[in-house]
Amino acid sequence: MSKEATVLFDAPGPKARARHRAMTVAALIVFAGLLAAFVWRLADRDQFEGELWSPFLKWEVWEGLILPALWNTLKAAAVASVLALAFGVVFGLARLSDHWWIRVPAGVVVEFFRAIPLLILIFLAFFIPNKISPSIADSQFGTLQRVVVENVLFVFGVEINAGTVTVSAFAAVVFGLVMYNGSVLAEVVRAGVQSIPKGQSEAAYSIGLRKNGVMRLVLLPQAITVMMPAIVSQLVVLLKDTALGFIIAYPELLSAGFNQIPANYHNNKLQAGIVVAIIYIALNMALSRVATALEARSRRSRRTSGKTMGTGTGAPPAPGMSATGTAPGQA
Amino acid sequence: MFDFGPFFDNIDLILEGFWATVRLAAAAAVLSFILGTVLASFRVAPIPVLRTFGTAYVNVVRNTPLTLVLLFCSFGLNDVLAMRLSGNSSTSYYWWAVFGLSAYTAAFVCEALRSGINTVPLGQAEAARSIGLTFTQSLRIIVLPQAFRAVIAPLGSVLIAMIKNTTVAAAASYAEAALVMKTILDAPSFTSGAIPLFIGVAVGFMILTLPTGFFFGWLHKRMAVAR
Repeated sequence: MSKEATVLFDAPGPKARARHRAMTVAALIVFAGLLAAFVWRLADRDQFEGELWSPFLKWEVWEGLILPALWNTLKAAAVASVLALAFGVVFGLARLSDHWWIRVPAGVVVEFFRAIPLLILIFLAFFIPNKISPSIADSQFGTLQRVVVENVLFVFGVEINAGTVTVSAFAAVVFGLVMYNGSVLAEVVRAGVQSIPKGQSEAAYSIGLRKNGVMRLVLLPQAITVMMPAIVSQLVVLLKDTALGFIIAYPELLSAGFNQIPANYHNNKLQAGIVVAIIYIALNMALSRVATALEARSRRSRRTSGKTMGTGTGAPPAPGMSATGTAPGQA
Repeated sequence: MFDFGPFFDNIDLILEGFWATVRLAAAAAVLSFILGTVLASFRVAPIPVLRTFGTAYVNVVRNTPLTLVLLFCSFGLNDVLAMRLSGNSSTSYYWWAVFGLSAYTAAFVCEALRSGINTVPLGQAEAARSIGLTFTQSLRIIVLPQAFRAVIAPLGSVLIAMIKNTTVAAAASYAEAALVMKTILDAPSFTSGAIPLFIGVAVGFMILTLPTGFFFGWLHKRMAVAR
């Protein structure tokens, strides 16, 4: 790249090359200095003590603390991904409906959940049923509440005891992730279907297909190819956001790193944090790779007439900005 | 169940929480914009070392949960390494929250800015050079005005995401709106008015995010580059 002209810099001549070499050396010195200062500080605070790092070489630490926590993280992410995709497809298609009484409520729901922070959605699910269920139990909906919790919500670990509903941390995390990421995915689905050229649906109508057939046989199959990269990069966001479970004490990877392991091994929060960060980064980078590969494949694909939605900035335009309805990566 | 009385009993606490949210968001907006611009300049620099550093930073930070970044800042850097940013302990936590949130958001700002620069066709720069403009002139008159207009919408999205992400500072015990909501809900004496509390906090965040979104959407449309 440095040999060719870019928008910002012309191809370097001999003088510029000499200048670049000097700046390379200067940059290396600055980075090395920063790194040395950090290592110095670590040594100064006795953070290189063997007992702080050695737990991560023991199998029982991995078996007893890290892997179960990782499993909890992956479990929440997997369940939330499936439900969020279902939510996204339903609400994304609802927003494309011809009937205003479907389109408008679906739009309100999607915009609402995109406009508020995920954390307060998790708080909503975790704290509020406990507070309001006793008064529901006394009203005429008491039986309904008991039946719903005992027959449907129990699979997520929601419990009812004498009219008081207790939501497990797992269920609260999954609820928040589904509502928020489902709404973002709904926008992805909508943008994906809208990115298919109008000629496709016109052609489909002209050969006599109905609305259902046009969507199911012509638009959606092409839209899925277009949307795949954006969906997978949203799943990376979802996986990262499982870490919010830390705040309501869901025993996931982050709380293993900052609570359980330091409590047992000389308060090694810094070291455990670094190990946990490496696990998260490796997981997410692998998933991001998949998204990039899918994007490259979709751009080559002849199976769609739409323009591939990039993995770049990820989410569609933020709430309030979507009036233009442009898909990410198309600008 | 829909009695807003308990909500208004706690209105002082809630407003204080939102004030903390706004302070965190404002400081992080400025700092993340500065850090993001520096990173973006690294990523488009003609010097390979800087490009490698910029790419590595963005890849690592984008794949790390924000909760982890903030906990690492408050527990790891502030507590364990005793790198205090202020003599007062709560002010020090505040500045670490600002720093962590900015360090995280800067990666996204950097990507938005870089994609903005990439929207300017190479021919524009070539034309600028061929009429004899210097590097600074071509940057100031030709490249940056076009790039800036193209990044308005993505930067708006990043800003809104950042405002919502201030809630994650609750993990580092920074008393912003979400943590205030949790504290109120946690109290056993708080039995009625849970739903109005949720609605109130949700509306509070919508007051912060939606107008920002409308403003950036309007600005984006107004400033769009016809190409």
